[in-house]
Amino acid sequence: MSRELVADRDYRVPAGCGIVGVMNQKGERFSGEAITKSIATMRERTNGLGGGFAAYGIYPDFKEFWCFHLLYDTQQAKLDTEEWLKVYYRIEKEEPIPTADVEAIEPRHHLWRYFLELRNHTEKEELKLTEEDLVINTVMKVNRDIEGAFVVSSGKNMGIFKGVGYPKDIARFYQLDRYEGYIWTAHGRFPTNTVGWWGGAHPFGILDWSVVHNGEISSYGINKRYLQNFGYHCTLFTDTEVMAYLFDLLVRKHRLSFEVVALILAAPFWEEIERLPDKERQFYSTLRSVYGSALVNGPFAVVVANSRTLVGLNDRIKLRPLVAAVKDDFVYIASEESAIREICPSPDRVWAPKAGEPVVGRLSV
Amino acid sequence: MAKKTVPSEFIIERDDEKCITCQVCCRMCSNDVHTYDPELDEVNSDSTKCVGCHFCEMLCPTGAITVKRNPSEFKINANWTARVINDITKQAETGGVLLTGMGCDRPYPIYWDHILLNASQVTNPSIDPLREPMELRTYLGRKPDRIELESSDDGPGIKTQLGTQLKLETPILFSAMSYGSISLNACISLARAATEAGTLYNTGEGGLHRDLYKYGQNTIVQVASGRFGVHKEYLEAGAAIEIKIGQGAKPGIGGHLPGEKVSEEISQTRMIPEGTDALSPAPHHDIYSIEDLRQLIFALKEATRYRKPVGVKIAAVHNVAPIASGIVRAGADFVAIDGIRGGTGAAPTVIRDNVGIPIELAIAAVDSRLREEGIRNQASIIAGGGFRNSSDVIKAIALGADAVYIATAALVAMGCHVCQKCYTGKCNWGIATQDPYLTKRLNPEIGTRRLVNLLRAWSLEIKEMLGGMGINAIESLRGNREQLRGVGLTDTDLKLLGIKPAGEAW
Repeated sequence: MSRELVADRDYRVPAGCGIVGVMNQKGERFSGEAITKSIATMRERTNGLGGGFAAYGIYPDFKEFWCFHLLYDTQQAKLDTEEWLKVYYRIEKEEPIPTADVEAIEPRHHLWRYFLELRNHTEKEELKLTEEDLVINTVMKVNRDIEGAFVVSSGKNMGIFKGVGYPKDIARFYQLDRYEGYIWTAHGRFPTNTVGWWGGAHPFGILDWSVVHNGEISSYGINKRYLQNFGYHCTLFTDTEVMAYLFDLLVRKHRLSFEVVALILAAPFWEEIERLPDKERQFYSTLRSVYGSALVNGPFAVVVANSRTLVGLNDRIKLRPLVAAVKDDFVYIASEESAIREICPSPDRVWAPKAGEPVVGRLSV
Repeated sequence: MAKKTVPSEFIIERDDEKCITCQVCCRMCSNDVHTYDPELDEVNSDSTKCVGCHFCEMLCPTGAITVKRNPSEFKINANWTARVINDITKQAETGGVLLTGMGCDRPYPIYWDHILLNASQVTNPSIDPLREPMELRTYLGRKPDRIELESSDDGPGIKTQLGTQLKLETPILFSAMSYGSISLNACISLARAATEAGTLYNTGEGGLHRDLYKYGQNTIVQVASGRFGVHKEYLEAGAAIEIKIGQGAKPGIGGHLPGEKVSEEISQTRMIPEGTDALSPAPHHDIYSIEDLRQLIFALKEATRYRKPVGVKIAAVHNVAPIASGIVRAGADFVAIDGIRGGTGAAPTVIRDNVGIPIELAIAAVDSRLREEGIRNQASIIAGGGFRNSSDVIKAIALGADAVYIATAALVAMGCHVCQKCYTGKCNWGIATQDPYLTKRLNPEIGTRRLVNLLRAWSLEIKEMLGGMGINAIESLRGNREQLRGVGLTDTDLKLLGIKPAGEAW
């Protein structure tokens, strides 16, 4: 393993951050320029060691295909990965992810994207797996077992673009002004030690989930072990990965609404629960006792997206900043109000969500 | 009486300048150490009878008495130590099994003292428990892996039926101590303290005295191999039922309450004739395998109409993880594991000191195994066996226990000085005795207060430590081994405990 890979692959690196999410709830697409401007205003929250973006609706011509963004260290890693992919998928299209020369960005990896169709595979039948389960298995396999390969995103009609640098430079590097999406999220990172590996930047993605996250999870140790019960292996040592898997487990597998998930991840205090009427108290207590290990403790502000939703959430005592705003069909969520005002000077409403109170933007079409 | 050949363990030093010959020591010592000589108007002490319980020292109004270890020394020998020589001497004289009380006192590694906790610095804020809520509430019992919701007019409801849960305001319970092994006043103190502190105490295998039924909601009733005092009303009286298979102080062997302790009250509570020995067989004679255990678990659940969680207590032995897994699969709602340092009212010394494994390793092994098998949610883990302070407790929870059983610490809170002579029935502190002259020394109101104080003090300390880690709910620490680091441990120890060495970052 090359020296650059050391940081996030092998250690948990605490980081401070700036985060933003923008969504058009009618599904109207807009370019990556706005989100770039927005995250760039929060330069003080970052130190140039990580920036990234997630974009939804950017591959309308391939929207039926699983789109994998890959990061390779070596040509061999690419060969190994493709060999593995071909067992399960038909490759509709593959190409390098287009990039521009940006002085501040030192490319370190081969960046590749694939549009894939899952083959009818006996494993799926035999193990009664859903298509999504198989995709997750593929991602886990590549990230865990293939040296020098890392799946950056693995959803449909979406992709994650990230690297080491300031977010503004990363946006220029990936030419994000040329993409149009209806949800964009962005992340600027302030890791506490040197990070050379691009995979460690955010957003973190699995299936069509993307997570940008500002925080350090004190419950990491148990959240990670809890997820292992359900077959999620945290291959990176990042809190963000844990957050993404928790959302996948609770929303996709356990079919809970984002509002209920918020009650699990940022559970209300017993003191508050005691004051509720019988039925609600019963509901809240059961949630807490069943999902205690999924409680995310410690400071966090997180913006999570999937193809139909943009969610912002704070920890249970709001130890990190998060501001939300709406304007017409747009929902904005950011670490700082300035980041919203930069691209939406006069929102209909701006507010600071309370601890544990989710902000949810939903696709209405 | 012939002079003892085993030297006395303690020396009583009496400062004659201070002694006012009030004779309180003479009246109080159940071992008849102190005697008054009216001719000389002085009090004498026979050190050979002293057990080192320090009761006289505490009572002496002028501080004239000091109990010291006997400085008399044998020839130094790493193999043939004083303890070894004395034990052989006693056995040569009596031909019997050496008995003892309390937990193993041998210097096996205490892993708690080699595990360090984390705290927040800069990258995440610590939380001040004096200013912010800090939650220790714990629910014990079987939980589903997921819940299913149903929507109704008045908001979301839960379709998934959750079995009865035991609610604890702090993750510390009082472990099993039977009425018989300890006095009724001690039982009353435990029951009242559990009620006041919002936790549970455990009857042990002694049945439930009539006067204690009112504390049922804070009681775990035990069903042990002797089935003493087990009847329908008893099972229904408690909040939960615990099947006792084994105990850390004496894994694999039964129990024996001598007939002289079986008073009228105890006879009624245990449902055995007065004055007869109460013998608990080593195994349950209806449990010779895991499937038999399943039958008993479900027989008890049937008997209580599935309203009470049923748990199983085992001693921590080499194969503890697979055994615990089997117990969970057999339907137990909680598994209590008792480590080698767990206490007892009476056990053969050789068993107490040589059988079983430390609770630290057992918690780590069981928690990991249940997680590997995806059944950790199905049962709670209660760990017991020599918990001395709040840091032992918090480390146990971080290793993976849901809650902790304490008994020796509770006895110490009530006065016990761990002299290890519980089996003699002469406990000067009025705890491990049925002698009415001695039991009245323990005032249940004071006993209750001291126990509640102990739980309060430990809970406050746990909150401070949690807050320091930036955690404000105990469930976020449970099984969170990232918050622990080992110091001075071997690679194998670290691997078994599932923790990183101190100095290693995340």
